[in-house]
Amino acid sequence: MKVNRTTPWLFAAPTLVLVGAVFLFPLIAVFRYSLENVGISSYVPTTFAGLSNFRFIYSDPLFVAALENNLKLFLCVPFMALLSVILAAILFDRPRGWKVYRTMLFLPYVISIPVVGVVFGYMFERDGIINSGLRAVGLGGVAPDWLGSSSWALPTIMIVIIWKELGFGIVLCLARLMSVDEHLFEAARVDGARWWKVLRHVTVPQLAPALVFYVIVELINMLSWVFAYVYVMTLGGPENSTVVSEYYIYQAVFQDNVIGIGAAAGVTLLAVVSMLIIVRVWMRRRFLLGYE
Amino acid sequence: MRHIVLLTFTGLALIPIYFMVVNALKTNTEYASNELGLPHTPVTSTLHEALAGGDLYRWLLNSTLITCASVLVSTALAALAAYPISLMRWRPGRLLEGVLVALMVVPPIVLVIPLFKMVVQLGQLNTYRSVIVIYAGLMLPFSTFLLAAFFATIPPSLIEAARIDGARPLRIFETVVLPLSRPALVTVMVVQALWVWNEVLIALVFLQQSNLRTLMVGLTVYKSRYQLEVPLVMAGMLWATVPMVLLYLLGQRFFIRGLTAGATKG
Repeated sequence: MKVNRTTPWLFAAPTLVLVGAVFLFPLIAVFRYSLENVGISSYVPTTFAGLSNFRFIYSDPLFVAALENNLKLFLCVPFMALLSVILAAILFDRPRGWKVYRTMLFLPYVISIPVVGVVFGYMFERDGIINSGLRAVGLGGVAPDWLGSSSWALPTIMIVIIWKELGFGIVLCLARLMSVDEHLFEAARVDGARWWKVLRHVTVPQLAPALVFYVIVELINMLSWVFAYVYVMTLGGPENSTVVSEYYIYQAVFQDNVIGIGAAAGVTLLAVVSMLIIVRVWMRRRFLLGYE
Repeated sequence: MRHIVLLTFTGLALIPIYFMVVNALKTNTEYASNELGLPHTPVTSTLHEALAGGDLYRWLLNSTLITCASVLVSTALAALAAYPISLMRWRPGRLLEGVLVALMVVPPIVLVIPLFKMVVQLGQLNTYRSVIVIYAGLMLPFSTFLLAAFFATIPPSLIEAARIDGARPLRIFETVVLPLSRPALVTVMVVQALWVWNEVLIALVFLQQSNLRTLMVGLTVYKSRYQLEVPLVMAGMLWATVPMVLLYLLGQRFFIRGLTAGATKG
């Protein structure tokens, strides 16, 4: 529709203002803070810090460990991708009751992280039902103190993340498969291809765009949306074994009042996420056609 | 074989939910002897007790208020912005859309640092309005982007017809665009509601008084308060879960459409 010059701006104005206030201004401010010793009151004024905040965090073993923990969480993603493909492919064959299965498999995604964290917290207690189950089948020897031991806490959080996020992948892959031309699958079946062969040669290639997006979205989640899991389940413990970069920043800013340090860590996190954004924008250009 | 795989994974997906529901229907005494089984005599008293304390009820109302307000604000603004992006000849629109897509993945913790200072300086800490504005703003990239994608599917001929009838852009928006995109608007609102309801970080940072907390932040307090009374804790968790599960079961296709479109098109 052709309109005069100002009309589009008028419609977009409230969004531009709010996006400016909530995203753009804070982004600029956080870069500035990262170069300052940010004052917390009129008695402690702000001074310029140069790169000392960055030097501090890169030599802080806790921050390095926090980033490493984020990278360890990346290990969840291949599992989620693999299981999503298999389960979506099975559901796509439309076995009896597939819609009910889909509803149930997606349910964990709807439940909030605090609820999930608290419920799993009880189940993973030293004498909780999971360890009782392990003992009942004779695996009592391996029953660890899941969230209470520094070597098991992060893997336990990973199990919970996979549990919660898997449904999203399944639904995403299934939606993609349903938009693919059915004839492709029929042709393969008429040719007598076995289920695994159809999966490998037809389903997976057709799923590629959805799968790539799922992987990128989840990688971003593992960097920037895992605060709530850690906050609810472990508070970063035991012995800081589950501190992730978000939690490090939260502690720096809201508990230790060193805003500049938190901002420097934030800028670092942003730099890592930006690389994924670039991949994502590139993928969007490459694959968007498949959805239109 | 297929059913074995599906049943296994569905079972795994449901175990924690089962654990929460059956234990919310037990008394503390029954839980002591029966952690995993169905309750011998299901009771609703634990569910009553969970709300009767007052705090949980208050937090439930806070969450409802904040969710409704921020979803309405965000959807309204997003619809207004998506309109010129998709349906008007407006070159900066494409650029704006690109910026919004990039902003969708900015980690909230990074934004929270300056936002917190800003809110404190404005004297708006511990107010619903600060949180509502922040939530609405944070959701705008996603909702604008999604609505723009839906608006783009409206046939241009309908809009041209209205224009020839002499309608101005605002009137076309009200009488053509909005009525046609009702399913899209519901989709966006449902996905946003899920996100706000379940959000933790911003609620934790900006609402620090007990009576202002949202349910998600309140739950962790609640859990440590009643740590040893597992059925009572589970009843609280169940109350926090029921609204979103109901919304999901009623509007499943909107959920799926919104979440898959958000991720596949983004």
